[in-house]
This record gives sequence, structure tokens and C-alpha cells, in this order.
Amino acid sequence: MSDMSYVRSEMLPERAPPASQIGFVGWIRANLFNGVGNSILTILSLIFLWYILSALLPWIFAPTWNSGSLNECREIFGADGGHGAACWGVIRERWVQLLFGFYPEAERWRPIVGFGLLFVALIPVLFNMISRRMNWVLLLAVLGLAGLYLGGALGIIAGLLLLGAAGFVGFKAFTTSKEDRAAEIESGAKRLPNPFIFSAIYPFIAPWLLWGGSIWLPVGAALGFVVGYFAYRFLAPVVGSLAGLIIAVLAALIWWLLLMAPMVDQLDALFTIGEGPGAENLLALEPVESRNFGGFMLSITIGVVAIACSLPIGVVLALGRQSDLLIVKALCVGFIEFIRGVPLITLLFVASTLLNIFLPPGTNFDIILRVLIMVTLFAAAYMAEVVRGGLAALPKGQYEAADALGLDYWKAQRLIIMPQALKISIPGIVSTFIGVFKDTVLVSIIGLLDPLGLSNAIRADQDWNGVVWELYGFIAFMFFVFCFSMSRYSMYLERRLRTDHS
Amino acid sequence: MTTTTDPHQGQFRLSMLLYDSRYRSMTIQIVALIGFLMLIGWLLSNTAQNLADLGKEPGFSFMFEPAGYDINQRLLDYNSQDSHLRASLMGLLNTLLVAAMGCIAATVIGVIVGVLRLSPNWIVARLSAVYVEGFRNVPVLLWIVFIMAVLIETLPQPSAFRKGEASMSLWDTVAITNRGVYIPEPLFSRSLGDIHLLGSSALRFDVSLDLLALLAVLIAGILTSVLIKRRADVIQEATGERPRTWHLRVGAIVVPFILVLAVLGFYLGYPELKGFNFKGGTHLRNSLIALWLALSLYTGAFIAEIVRSGILAVSKGQTEAAGALGMRPNRTMSLVVLPQALRVIIPPLISNYLNLTKNSSLAIAVGYMDITGTLGGITMNQTGRELETVLLLMLVYLTISLTISAVMNWYNESVKLKER
Repeated sequence: MSDMSYVRSEMLPERAPPASQIGFVGWIRANLFNGVGNSILTILSLIFLWYILSALLPWIFAPTWNSGSLNECREIFGADGGHGAACWGVIRERWVQLLFGFYPEAERWRPIVGFGLLFVALIPVLFNMISRRMNWVLLLAVLGLAGLYLGGALGIIAGLLLLGAAGFVGFKAFTTSKEDRAAEIESGAKRLPNPFIFSAIYPFIAPWLLWGGSIWLPVGAALGFVVGYFAYRFLAPVVGSLAGLIIAVLAALIWWLLLMAPMVDQLDALFTIGEGPGAENLLALEPVESRNFGGFMLSITIGVVAIACSLPIGVVLALGRQSDLLIVKALCVGFIEFIRGVPLITLLFVASTLLNIFLPPGTNFDIILRVLIMVTLFAAAYMAEVVRGGLAALPKGQYEAADALGLDYWKAQRLIIMPQALKISIPGIVSTFIGVFKDTVLVSIIGLLDPLGLSNAIRADQDWNGVVWELYGFIAFMFFVFCFSMSRYSMYLERRLRTDHS
Repeated sequence: MTTTTDPHQGQFRLSMLLYDSRYRSMTIQIVALIGFLMLIGWLLSNTAQNLADLGKEPGFSFMFEPAGYDINQRLLDYNSQDSHLRASLMGLLNTLLVAAMGCIAATVIGVIVGVLRLSPNWIVARLSAVYVEGFRNVPVLLWIVFIMAVLIETLPQPSAFRKGEASMSLWDTVAITNRGVYIPEPLFSRSLGDIHLLGSSALRFDVSLDLLALLAVLIAGILTSVLIKRRADVIQEATGERPRTWHLRVGAIVVPFILVLAVLGFYLGYPELKGFNFKGGTHLRNSLIALWLALSLYTGAFIAEIVRSGILAVSKGQTEAAGALGMRPNRTMSLVVLPQALRVIIPPLISNYLNLTKNSSLAIAVGYMDITGTLGGITMNQTGRELETVLLLMLVYLTISLTISAVMNWYNESVKLKER
């Protein structure tokens, strides 16, 4: 009996796990039915889902796209058609209005082009995976499409030329590999200009496209920055950087306040054909009044401007709040706490009723501009708190290291502190952006025709009296798309900028 | 952040104001202060000039003139002959009412959804995620207007109850109509009456003695219950045995309360259909319900995320350490996990309460008479005092906000990790 061994001399072959532990069944057992409580929860939520979907799906896929009024929808569905199925006719009839408000039909290409260019301008800021040449392809393509859309011999020729250029650059970009291109640049081939140039020009193009008027106004406004830049460039070595900065700002102000208006008038006169009321300005777009703005165009305009302006102002306010200068700090804290303490609607009341009282007698400027100012200030205060959180989260060693390197305050902020602080606060910054964009619907309370304001007008229409779900569902869906993609983008950005190795 | 240089030898020169770090900060501050004061002065002089041109004398005396408008949902008695001040007070109380209701409901929703989002159950976690993303990414004003429209368009009219097309819910006690929800109201057949405070001034209010009596009994019951718990603690310390006290503690609160209710002759007044509308019961208007629902669902989505991150913030080692010490799961939860999670949860939670209170100003879109609707709406339009009313409105909200943030700072200070 001594040869009876209890120890196995060779390994057993590995057996497949039981069928109930792997694949779909295993997943269901692990995630949905592990335990009594979980099973009950699963069944309850399945019943809930069934209940929702069985009501929602027939409602959504109702063949009412071509109906002209709520009554027609009801006819399609018999007596209680208002409840069991959506009446999509309202969206078909009014979606243009929900997008553009009362913007003149002939001019609608302008906001569309402006929106397309916005993406072109944003891409180099937002993403770094698109190459420089692809950016120019996009820009040329958008401009070309705009030309074709405009029609007319000139528009079509220009559009085709631009599209051809886009195709050429795109073709070259696709046919040369990255390494070859890098080698070419290394050996001194000419590169296309940095697409950031267009991002910098865009803030001057967009208002001109939207509001129209003479092209020389945005050109003049942009020239102010050029004047300031050159003043600083040439004077700073002579009189020192701080004095140079002050002089540059003064020079730009003098340009804007005193010299710009005569120049614009002169240039306008130069390009105007004819006299009196029949005169036609060759380089001007048909002016569109602010009260014709509306729909998502208005929301996006307010949102984009407030978002773009609030970040720099917020950074300055946050730095002011963290600074050692007592008075500056007190001013910043007071401003931030005041704005954060009151609801946006009171600030909009200020914009709609009080801002004209605060300004010199006789000033009466555009309601959208007034709203923009207040919304920007509002967003900036929240942004300041977010950035302050990022500044506070930086280890003290970073500040000390910057000091030890002998960097002055602004250099330390620009090169060491801000890049890290802003990176930490990305989630907060983006959620502030989303909040600002959502808050733009509040302008409907002071009478601007954003989507919500338009929805009231549509529901007051006799044809669509009683339409609720379709209309608000559509608006909510649009907002959801914008806000959700912003929050996904912030997650992407966080991943991209992550430098730790965990 | 300041760089210090060696003390400068020699005379003071004017350029040192800019280029010497000892003086520069002072220069910048003085310039900033002068600029700020000039801005304020400029705004004030413009305002004075404009108001003079319009022939308006700035002042707050209009607040004591008769308001002349009615407020349909109110907590204290009010009629259209009362002053604007009293109308604003009604509005403020309505703001606080919807804010309090909203905070409670949002917390309940948020905690439930936040916990469900962490559930190992895939469907439940996904459903909660859909709820959170759906509500967070759509403007709250849209939710308010939308829920209001749904209430008006889809609920039955009171006349439908007469024709038998609709019936009351919850055993004929609650009527849900498109004019609002009627719920039973508590009434007392042997009521003690009210005391009227502050005479007939704008701030007058009545205090129900029934309510006071109930509150007194409730507080006394809770105190007794606490005393019973203390005694049980003492016995446990001395003998190691804890006497069974929960029935005593519940009884100390419930029994006297029910006795007082019986003495006061408590009964419920049910809503009844009379004529074209419901009478009796408490009438919750659509505007209040829409605002309340929308604010709580919207803020609840934010609170769910806060609760989730708070729970995730307590590292697993803490739970395991508590288990290693021999603690039972519920003791682990109450003594180890919750205190640490609450430290993360409470500050953003309070700031969300603050946001909810500020968002309640959107009531003006559905006609709920909160402070924005009374003071910033009808009073402003009737008196034409934009400057004064908006200033008062901002002051009210600022007071609420600063009070809440003072409470939050105090709390943060008290739960801060004690570093030694």
C-alpha cells in the first residue's frame, strides 16, 4: 500500500469557468441579481423603464410632422390625440424661429457663418490633436460654403475658389505623412501661419456679422489693440515696462475715443456709392437691430461672450482676492461677495431698468449689450471663486520656488502658478461655463426673445395653444446637447492635461 | 509674493513710487482706491442727474403707501389696502417658504439618488445617472415653466370632478386640479384662539395658541426622551447592562402630543366641490407646486453628485479599520464613515441651498408671489421706483446669502481637522 500517493504529480488542465459566471449570464448575475434586495430593485426599475418607454416611444414616433395646428394633430389621432402622441408640427413650423428669433430671413446666413467660424476659431483653443493645416482647411471650407450659400456670381466664384484652396491644402495634408512634414519644416519649409491668428481676429468679425454695419468699425476697434501693442513694443525698452504699459493703454484709449470715429467715417465715405438715402456702402452689411435677435442664436451669443470674457476677469479678480494689497483685496472681495449674494435676475433688472440711470444723461445703449455686461460680471464673480480654489490648492512650495528662481509676480503667475491652478480648476471652470449658458434663459424674464421667451409666444398662438411637451422637450434637448457636450469636453481636457502617472 | 531688495541708500526720488517695491504697493493701492472712488462718484452724480431729469426724488417713503394689489398665496393676513412694505414681507415669507420646502425635498431626493448611483445594481445606477445628467444640463427656469405648463394643460379642471370625469385621490381627501392641489387642513374644534402681535403695523402677525401648545408639548416630550436616554447611559456605565428604553422614549413624545390634539378637538377639514371650484382644505397653487417641484428636482440632481462624491471621499481603509476594531456595520457607518463624509458633503450642500434660494427668484416667471414678484415685480411697476426697489431686493437676498455663508463658515471652522 505504500505506492498509494495523495499528491498529484502533474497539473490538471485549466477548466472553463461555469457558464453562469461568465458572459452575459454571469454579468447579469453579478450586476443585477446578486441578492434579494438587488433583484427586487432590478425588477422594480425594469417595470419603471417599461412604463416610461411604453408611453414615450409611441409618443415620440407620432406621424404628425406635417400637421399645421394642434387640432390637425387631434384629428389624426381621434378624440384624445393630445395626450397619447406628440404633435411635431409645431417644431417643423417654428424651428427656424426657435433658432434665429426674428432675424431677417435674407440675412440668416450671417449667424450661420458666424457659428461655423466660431468652431474654426475655437478648435485651436480647445483641441491640440488637429494639425495646423487641418485648421486652415476647416476655415477655408467654412468660408467657401458661405460663399456658395450666398449665391450670386461673385459668391459662387469666391466659394469655389476657397473650397478649391481647402481641397488643395487638405490633399497635401493627407498625402504627406507627419514625419515627412516635420522634416520639411526642419529643413526650412514655410509653415502656414498659426491658426490662433484667426481665433484672435474672430471676436471682431463675429459682432460685425451678427449686427451688421460698416466693416471699418471692427477694423478700427482691432487697430486700437495694434496701436497699443506697437506703443508698448517700442516704448517699453525706452521708458521701462510699467510706464510702457500705461502709455500703451493710454494710446489705445486715445485711438478708440478720439481718432477711430473720424477714420471710420472717412473710410465709409470712401466706399459709399451714391448720395443721400439711396447711398450704398460697398463694405457694409445690412444692420440688424438687437430686438430682432432671438432663439438659440441669442442664447449662444450671450453665452459665448459671457464665457469668453468672464474667464480673464475672473482670473484677475481671484488674483486680487489673494493679493497682499489690502485695498485691492477688499475691493475684489466686496465685488465677488456682492455679485454672488444676489440672484442673476436682480442683475438683469439692473441691466433692463437701471443701467441707463447710472450712465451719463442721454446714453442709451443696446439692451443686449447691457445684458452682456451684467451676465459677464455675474459669471466673472463665480469664476473668480473657482480660480481662487485652484490657487489655494497649489502647494506653497510652488510659490516659493517661483520666488527662489527670481521671477517677478507676473512672470511667476504666468509661467508657474496659473497653468497649474487653472488645470486644477478645470471641472469648476467648465461647470461655471455650463451654469452661465443655462442662465442665459433668464433674459426671457426681462423680455428678450430667447427660446423660452419664444415658447410663450408660440403657445399663445391660436394654432398651438396647448402644446407643452413637444416645445419644451425640444428646447430642453437642445440645451442638454450643448451642456452635456461641454461637460464631456471638460473630462477630455482633464485626461489630456493629466501629468501624474497614476 | 513681494520681492524685497536691499534698503535703498540715498534720497527719495519720485520714480521710487513706481520702481521701489517698498513704495510701489502703496502707490498701486492708492491709485486703485482713487479710481474706485472716482467711479462711484461718477455713477452717483450720473444717477442724481438722471433722477433729477426724470423728476424722481429718491427715497423709501413709497414703501408705506397702500400697495393696491392682491397676493393670492400668502402666509399672513394681507389685503390690498396694506402697504408695499407688508406686501414685500408677504413676498419674503413666500420666498422663505418655497426655499425651505425645496431644500428639504431636494435633500431627500439628492441623498436617495446619490446613494442609488453608487449601487452595484447596473440598471439602478444608470437610471440615477440619467436623472442627474438630465436635470443638471437643462436650465432650471425651463423646468419651472415646463412643469407649470404641464400642470395647467394636463390636469383635470374642477368641473371635470362634477361631471365625474375625474375623482379625488387618496380616499377622497386630496383634489388635484389644474388650478392647484387641495389638501386637508388641520382644524381645531376647541381652539384656544390667536394672539395678535404688533397691533396694526406692517409687521403684524398672529400666533396660533394651538400651535404654540402643540410645540410646547412636543419640545417637552423630546426633552423627556433625552433625559430617559441619559439615565440609560448612566445605568449602562454603572452596570454594563442597557435597559430597554425605546418604548418609553417614543411614548414620552407621542402620548402627550396625541392627548393635547384630542383636548383641542383636532380634525381635518377636507376640500369639497362647491359651485365651480373646491372649497375648504389648504390650496396649494400651481405656481407654488411647479416652483417647488422644479427647484427640488434640479437641486436634487446637484445634491446627488455631492453625496456621491462625499461617500467616495471616505477611503475604504477607514471602513476596514473600523471593522478590525470590532465595530458593527451600523456603528461603523454612524461613527466612522458619516462624520468624515459629512465634512466633505455639508459645505457644498449649503451652497446648493443658497443657490436654490436664489433660484427661487425665478418664481416671477410663473407668477408665484415671492419677494421678486412683489417688491421687484408689481411694486416696482406700480411705483416706478426702479432704483429703490432693486436696491432693496438685492439687500434682502444679500442678507439671506451672507447669513447662510456665515453659518457655513462657522460650521467649517467647527469640523475642521484638528491639526496638532
